[in-house]
Amino acid sequence: MDSFFFRFRNALVLIIIVLLQVFALAVQVQRPIEGTVPGGAPDGRKITLLRRWTVALVTPVERIVHGSGLHSRSVWDNYIDLRHTREQNQQLKQEITQLREEEAAFAEDAAQGRRLQAVLGFQQQYISKTVAAQVIGTSGTDRSHVLYIDKGTADGLRPNQPVITPYGIVGKLRDVFPHTSQLLLINDSSSGAGVLLEATRIRGILRGTSAGEIQINNLTPDQRIKPGEQVVTSGGDQVFPRGLPVGIIESIVPDPQHQPYTAITIKPAANLSQLEEVLVITGTSPTLPAQAQADAAQADATAEENKRAAEVLAEKLPSIYDQTAGANQAAAGQPATDPNAPNGTPNATNNGKPVDTTGQNLVGGLPGVPNSGLPKVKPSLHPDRYTPGATPPATDLQPGAAAPKDSSQSTESPKPEAP
Amino acid sequence: MPEHSYTSRAELDQYAFRPIVTVLAPLLCILLQAMLPKTWAKFNYVDLPLIATIFFAVARRNPITGTITGTVIGLLQDGLTNHPFGVYGIAKGIIGYIAASIGFAVDVDNMVNRVLLNFGFSLFQSGMLYLISRRLLADPSVHLQPVHQLICAVVNAIVAIPVFLLLDRFKIRE
Repeated sequence: MDSFFFRFRNALVLIIIVLLQVFALAVQVQRPIEGTVPGGAPDGRKITLLRRWTVALVTPVERIVHGSGLHSRSVWDNYIDLRHTREQNQQLKQEITQLREEEAAFAEDAAQGRRLQAVLGFQQQYISKTVAAQVIGTSGTDRSHVLYIDKGTADGLRPNQPVITPYGIVGKLRDVFPHTSQLLLINDSSSGAGVLLEATRIRGILRGTSAGEIQINNLTPDQRIKPGEQVVTSGGDQVFPRGLPVGIIESIVPDPQHQPYTAITIKPAANLSQLEEVLVITGTSPTLPAQAQADAAQADATAEENKRAAEVLAEKLPSIYDQTAGANQAAAGQPATDPNAPNGTPNATNNGKPVDTTGQNLVGGLPGVPNSGLPKVKPSLHPDRYTPGATPPATDLQPGAAAPKDSSQSTESPKPEAP
Repeated sequence: MPEHSYTSRAELDQYAFRPIVTVLAPLLCILLQAMLPKTWAKFNYVDLPLIATIFFAVARRNPITGTITGTVIGLLQDGLTNHPFGVYGIAKGIIGYIAASIGFAVDVDNMVNRVLLNFGFSLFQSGMLYLISRRLLADPSVHLQPVHQLICAVVNAIVAIPVFLLLDRFKIRE
């Protein structure tokens, strides 16, 4: 018997070690919380302890290396590499001026939105408190899209708190240790988030894939969904606040594994492979934060000033004011008020969103799309086929057909038919 | 003059390492593996802990030591992921055992053999990880990505050459 164990000791050691780990796996995957994806939820107490030991072994070195890297980079950035700083400063100042003007323009819409939400009893969640953190390490494998940040429970972080960058959502905290946290990226296969397609208002569930992409794969084919559409958080997952940018639709293909659903691949708004700093959302509130309220008040005041200036201008130069209003109505191609709409209510034409067609809310200038950012359309004295709105859409045109007769083209001779 | 038969090659080529090297080299590999993808995302193609596992296993030529070394390195890797402990532990433990066993039959100082060993074990590990995730953990989101795994295997085989040459300097003949 002794000779048997001695002879096969190598294989026996391997079998014992593998079996022990298989048993350990079986214990770990028994998750008490239903509805959670394996790997997405925080670990149990005993597993957390094991992971904490591993993290405690690795992260101090990562922290030192990251800190020394930051120090040398700071010396370079702050003392040596100061070329073009003046030009950048000038550019930034100009940008601030532009942004202030845009903010004033948006203020009225925002205030109106808040009033409507209050009337309808919507519970909007505003980000009230964030903690900035530095990324110090990764999981080191392409099978686990996890990062480590330099903040933990000592800084007020808790598991499942959402993590963002100024560009969009990044992920959520998984395991939180005293001075380090594990950040589960949205492109990990165990990640998920409730999202909303911005233009079509269709809700979906975002999931990471094993290839490190993010996809919505619970929607059936819909012709309204097009590549390039913005995707934002819906707030339905109870993790990410509503309205945060997620990314844009990159491709829509049938999902061969889950028919009849489609695999909608999203290009993330945040660069998930090159993250340096992130913001952990530690608090939300139903009202705007104090600073944001002050900004909104200031923007309101600026908007009010602009409005008063426009009124003064309208009083002193009534011809310009009438032309602008008339042109907006003409460009919209419809009367100022919809006869089918109730009195005093705006027309609902833009994907169900209220649209002000009176011409007062055309900050950006595109009719029916408030604050579109495009220049205002000036009224044309003699409309022709180049006048906006006069040409029918390309989809209505047929090759070889006669040119459509239009009031704006009545003065021109008809086009000869194609042979 | 001593006679060296074919069977005594194991005794000739069996190496040991200082305890500090045994501990620090795999740890350094794990650290670099965790830090470098932060600045260079493509570094995820490389698996330095796997290269360390293969190196120590074939140099020591002891299947038990190879299994234990592989398991410890794998478990440390598991600790940094969001997977349960044991996924990489099982895969690298088995690789350590096989690599040490192969070390008896193959000249592991030959560069071509080293490249082939790393290429083969990289693919083997991908297969093991797929089986563990798909069969043991019943995770449907895991799929085989043959092209990606092939690229990883080629990259690992190339990176292993300088790493092996560097670690060769710490060998002590027993």
